[in-house]
Amino acid sequence: MSKGTIRTLIMADSQADRVVPPSGFTAQLTLFVSGAMAFLAVFALALSLASGRLADRWASELARAATLRINAPADQVAAQTRAALTILRQTPGVAEARALTREEQAALLAPWFGADLPVDALPVPQLIEIRGGEPGYDAQGLRLRLVAEVPGAVLDDHTRWRAPLVDAAHSLRRLALVSILLIGGATAAMITLAANAALAANAQVIEVLRLVGARDRYIAGAFVRRFTLRALIGAAVGMVLGMAGVMLLPEASDEGGFLTGLGFQGLGWLLPLVIPVLGAVVAFAATWAAARRTLKELT
Amino acid sequence: MSPIGLRRALKLHPPSGKKGDEPAGGRILIELENVGYSYGGGELLGDISVDLSPGSFHFLTGPSGSGKTTLLKLCYGALQASAGQVRGFGQDLRRLDRDQMALFRRRIGVVHQDCRFLDHLPLAENIALPLTVSGHDLSGQQENLGELMAWVGLTKRADALPPELSGGERQRAALARAVIMSPDVVLADEPTGNVDWEMSQRLLQLLIELNRMGKTILIATHDLGLIRAAKSQVQARVLRISNRRLQLAGADL
Ligand SMILES: Nc1ncnc2c1ncn2[C@@H]1O[C@H](COP(=O)(O)OP(=O)(O)O)[C@@H](O)[C@H]1O
Ligand SMILES: [Mg+2]
Repeated sequence: MSKGTIRTLIMADSQADRVVPPSGFTAQLTLFVSGAMAFLAVFALALSLASGRLADRWASELARAATLRINAPADQVAAQTRAALTILRQTPGVAEARALTREEQAALLAPWFGADLPVDALPVPQLIEIRGGEPGYDAQGLRLRLVAEVPGAVLDDHTRWRAPLVDAAHSLRRLALVSILLIGGATAAMITLAANAALAANAQVIEVLRLVGARDRYIAGAFVRRFTLRALIGAAVGMVLGMAGVMLLPEASDEGGFLTGLGFQGLGWLLPLVIPVLGAVVAFAATWAAARRTLKELT
Repeated sequence: MSPIGLRRALKLHPPSGKKGDEPAGGRILIELENVGYSYGGGELLGDISVDLSPGSFHFLTGPSGSGKTTLLKLCYGALQASAGQVRGFGQDLRRLDRDQMALFRRRIGVVHQDCRFLDHLPLAENIALPLTVSGHDLSGQQENLGELMAWVGLTKRADALPPELSGGERQRAALARAVIMSPDVVLADEPTGNVDWEMSQRLLQLLIELNRMGKTILIATHDLGLIRAAKSQVQARVLRISNRRLQLAGADL
């Protein structure tokens, strides 16, 4: 395709477009398919963004926060806490280790047991908050050393139960991206079918155009502009409806967790605007290929 | 419209051949050399040689099914000769690629036997179709288009769709479309096929007018009355297809 071809194809030429009769069902098929696909693409895009965000957040929390619990007889708690803090400060990759104060521990328990809980009177384990650095610490090595030197220490680095979640979030994002590709492929296939049907239905028109001196590029361009425009309009409508659907989802909240975080955030709201453009590009390429093929076959 | 008006209308659309092309004068426009055409059913035309020189007026006659339409199609490249060579403006039509064929078609005007309109476009747009597809800006051509439509007497039918037209109106519209690019050659296949005597005389006058402006005309017809009427006004050669060969008809016509 030369630069001139692309220019003629893109330039709005209403006179040239009229030479192809408006064809009912292929027009509706293209509008509907690109609309439906754009609608689905909005959700796939939202899913991929949300699962990506989730995977990132979980992964970084996982790398950082960990808790050390000291479960020891009351008279040994203070000594074991000190020993654990010493070990932690010597461990490479630990940025900060801090024993929670009684008040902080009481605050953590308050939601379950009420604010008046006498923490002192209960055998509540001492908690040590650990923040990992970059790169992180070796959890396995730390655990071994603690077993040997601080018998009451239990390292809870969230890895055990969060790592599979991060994997799940990553696979979810991969699935969403594959869905977007499939949506694009299916759109291309359907529009190719519609374009082929329109070209076949207009074989007579194409013959007349050739008899009066139209070049194949001109004839193809008339079809391509039609289908590109329809796909653009259909996809724009589908995108708007999809965005409305996403907007109606509940706000992101901690209680709702993943499901409520499904929407777009910040500049992410602009991303779906790409969908109609991509739809138009797909329709352009599909119709162009179909037209070239059909025109080569028609003698 | 007067011939002068027509001349003015047509001069504004020079044929779209490349600049520096050979002038029309003195050069044979369409040339068939030992052309044969066969299909599954056997040989339809054989060993046909004919030259259309600038300004000439030809009739092509012969019984129905003798191959008149086929011969015209060979001339404008809708069919390929199975033997011999067809040349348009000096070029072997077989060697033209799709784009070159399109440019060649812009330089010849064809009135098809079945007219071949786009039924979804109003008549005026059908007549202007060769201009549209060759990239002319129609807004600057309205006056010429109007003169051309007046010449064929279709001013009032500009907005009608082709299926709404009578046979005579279709034939005149087809002629207007054939000449809108001001081609050097006009090939007309049974241009008076579906019309009464009076209308066929009007159409003949239009073709004679074009010939007086220097256009080369080839009319395929089985209507001997039409040929006789023309011979009293222009110098026309009459070619007859008989037994798959082309013969120059004698003075009996
Ligand atoms: N490719 C082809 N296949 C089958 N029949 C053909 C083919 N080309 C021409 N014919 C036949 O040859 C005959 C000549 O047709 P045509 O050129 O239209 O004659 P005319 O215009 O003189 O009436 C017709 O009977 C037509 O059916
Ligand atoms: Mg015929």
